[in-house]
Amino acid sequence: MAEEHKEIDALTGTATTGHEWDGIHELNTPLPRWWLWLFYLTIVWAIGYWVVYPAWPLITSSTQGVFGWHSRAAVVTDLAELQAKRGPMMAKLAGASAAEIAGDPQLSDFARAVGRVAFADNCAPCHGSGGGGGRGYPNLNDDDWLWGGKLGAIENTIVHGARSTDDKGHMGNMPAFGRDGILKPNEMSAAADYVRSLSGLSTEPGADLTLGKKVFADNCAACHGPEGKGNREVGAPNLTDKIWLYGPDKQTIMQGIQNGRGGVMPAWGGRLTEPTIKALTVYVWTLGGGEK
Amino acid sequence: MANALAPQKQMTFGEGGMALAFVALALLSIVVAAKAYTPEYAFHAYLFTAASVAAVFAIINRYYNRSTETPPLTIDGKPNYNMGPVKFASFASVFWGLAGFSVGLYIALELAYPGLNLDISYITFGRLRPLHTSAVIFAFGGNVLIATSFYVVQRTCRARLAGDLAPWFVVLGYNFFIVIAGTGYLLGITQSKEYAEPEWYSDLFLTVVWVTYFLVYLGTIMRRTEPHIYVANWFYLAFILTIAVLHLGNNAAVPVSLFSPKSYIVWSGVQDAMVQWWYGHNAVGFFLTAGFLAIMYYFIPKRAERPIYSYRLSIIHFWALIFLYIWAGPHHLHYTALPDWAQTLGMTFSIMLWMPSWGGMINGIMTLSGAWDKLRTDPVLRMLVVSVAFYGMSTFEGPMMSVKVVNSLSHYTDWTIGHVHSGALGWVGYVSFGALYCLIPWLWNRPLYSLKLVNWHFWISTIGIVLYITSMWVSGILQGLMWRAYTPLGFLEYSFVETVEAMHPFYVIRALGGFLFLTGALIMAFNLWKTVTSTEAAAPAHVTLAPAE
Repeated sequence: MAEEHKEIDALTGTATTGHEWDGIHELNTPLPRWWLWLFYLTIVWAIGYWVVYPAWPLITSSTQGVFGWHSRAAVVTDLAELQAKRGPMMAKLAGASAAEIAGDPQLSDFARAVGRVAFADNCAPCHGSGGGGGRGYPNLNDDDWLWGGKLGAIENTIVHGARSTDDKGHMGNMPAFGRDGILKPNEMSAAADYVRSLSGLSTEPGADLTLGKKVFADNCAACHGPEGKGNREVGAPNLTDKIWLYGPDKQTIMQGIQNGRGGVMPAWGGRLTEPTIKALTVYVWTLGGGEK
Repeated sequence: MANALAPQKQMTFGEGGMALAFVALALLSIVVAAKAYTPEYAFHAYLFTAASVAAVFAIINRYYNRSTETPPLTIDGKPNYNMGPVKFASFASVFWGLAGFSVGLYIALELAYPGLNLDISYITFGRLRPLHTSAVIFAFGGNVLIATSFYVVQRTCRARLAGDLAPWFVVLGYNFFIVIAGTGYLLGITQSKEYAEPEWYSDLFLTVVWVTYFLVYLGTIMRRTEPHIYVANWFYLAFILTIAVLHLGNNAAVPVSLFSPKSYIVWSGVQDAMVQWWYGHNAVGFFLTAGFLAIMYYFIPKRAERPIYSYRLSIIHFWALIFLYIWAGPHHLHYTALPDWAQTLGMTFSIMLWMPSWGGMINGIMTLSGAWDKLRTDPVLRMLVVSVAFYGMSTFEGPMMSVKVVNSLSHYTDWTIGHVHSGALGWVGYVSFGALYCLIPWLWNRPLYSLKLVNWHFWISTIGIVLYITSMWVSGILQGLMWRAYTPLGFLEYSFVETVEAMHPFYVIRALGGFLFLTGALIMAFNLWKTVTSTEAAAPAHVTLAPAE
């Protein structure tokens, strides 16, 4: 075992402490001055911070700090500032109808700002950020509307939803023609080809368009109209405009005929405030396809 | 056959008592398995049964195979070191490290490509994330700490590890706890406290293991033949003792029933949050900092063959570190329901912690004074020293992020993840790798298979770490700025999903960083495996590392 004597380390010229463990020695280098002063500085800074801000617990409260700053009060101030900034326009928005908002350029800009945030938080999960839609979820940027594109119709759809739990929501499902045994496979195939031909898409070689036309007239025209132009009363899509909710390929159309369709939109009436819904209405209406 | 004249072989109190305790645990586990409310809990009870029965057999088998006397404390006046448990734990650390890094890579990919959970509940992010954090911190890090602490305490005290079965109970029991915790996460058993997810029965078992660890450690120090206790042992002891206190405080819970895995934590509301982060932050402070500083204090001077830079600094920074760290937890709860005074204390103590943390960095790096050239020639030493550099960086970044105004930007963002990983990959990972590269050749008395492969490991994983932390800095700051951006009309500029979309490229880069880090670790595992299985005895170079007597 090493004796308790202080050696001088040859490479640094510093004395060791004289101890040794498993071959390890320790130099007796003094504390680096910069280290010590920075340490003191952080302590002084901390004491200063304790003076200024709430810091040490007392029996029932704590030291309050010389400025009486409190995080809860700071949040209240921040929120009040924001309210003051938005307040006058929010009041105007609350008092106007969707049509009045759309007619006032300044108010319309403000409503679109409110609507954009509400849309991103609530609608974008299905309709996509920016309202571009997705498979089964309508694109809101075009002028093709399932349930109507006027301000009142859009507001109505937002408030009550489609096939939702709201009694006033839009109703009407496409029946499952195949699953329920209404149509035979060859009839469905012919109808699908016919539907594709309505928007000028190619049909399969040997497709029986005559049968397809007959099947369509007997089964589909009731909702989609004799010419396939659709019906907004029941949310039946226009089949002639090359805009497809689920997809234009024959297999997808066959799936729709086989199992039916009935996409759901929730009713937002109870969830969002009235001004927010108005703002959303104007936002969606101005996305590109709003009807006068 | 036993010689009638030989002294009678007798079972020690430890052997008999422990065997009986395991018989009792096996019986209890069978009853619990039979009456368990959930199949997952029954599965765990069966695991406890199997492990207890195996333990009884192992104890009896060991008794019949051992000589009449238990191993002597010294042979020819030299300490008879007990390295079996050290070997086991160092082996386990490499295994769990690879497992933990792989799971980390997988969840990084899940964040970039969410479809990768394949709609299988067991591998969803929510379950794999605690599996990753626990595997790397407690399984990998914990085994490195147990292995090195059992090695260092023996070598620096010149004494055999206290206890005969106890050290084995510590390493095997700890690894069994890891199996219970890990399978529990996959099966959905969690008490939902970050870094303390295992339920009450795992916590109780760990308590027994941990207290045994503490007693073995303390017992070894008490039987030391050196007059002074080496600094590494102060840090190990602070780590073991404080983790015990934190574990008991944070996991205080009332189980619903002996037959249910579910329990209720005794703390509630903001008190629970405060206790959780008192625990969580000091798990960083005492597990990932104090414990690994202990590794640094032994392996850097040993590998560099240089004296520790400053004994005085080691004393001052040790006491300052352990006194200040314990206050810093509330900085995880800035701008929450936690009272302002507690937030202030958490923040100011974090700032004061900066220099005490850096004391360890100075002592680690400056120990190379007079031996800087070794960084060019010895990649193992380079790994150890770079780990200390990462330690310095993250212990500056931490106090900075605890400042409220910085925290208002960084909190809840990827910046936190980046900060954690500069500490975890750079500091904890590298100091562990460096220690394993030293320890395994010493334990098996073989030369390290290839220094060239260590060099490859070093560079590949360094690139990985840099990719990881820089991508998370950019991603985190971007995320924080997007969350707080307002339009001139006073509305939020970005929706949440837009901020998520913006993260995607950085998540891909992060996964690439993780892939490189895992690649480096695989190279290490191969290198260590070749080292252990080689038939060549250690070169005489090792002799210079042996104690100067």
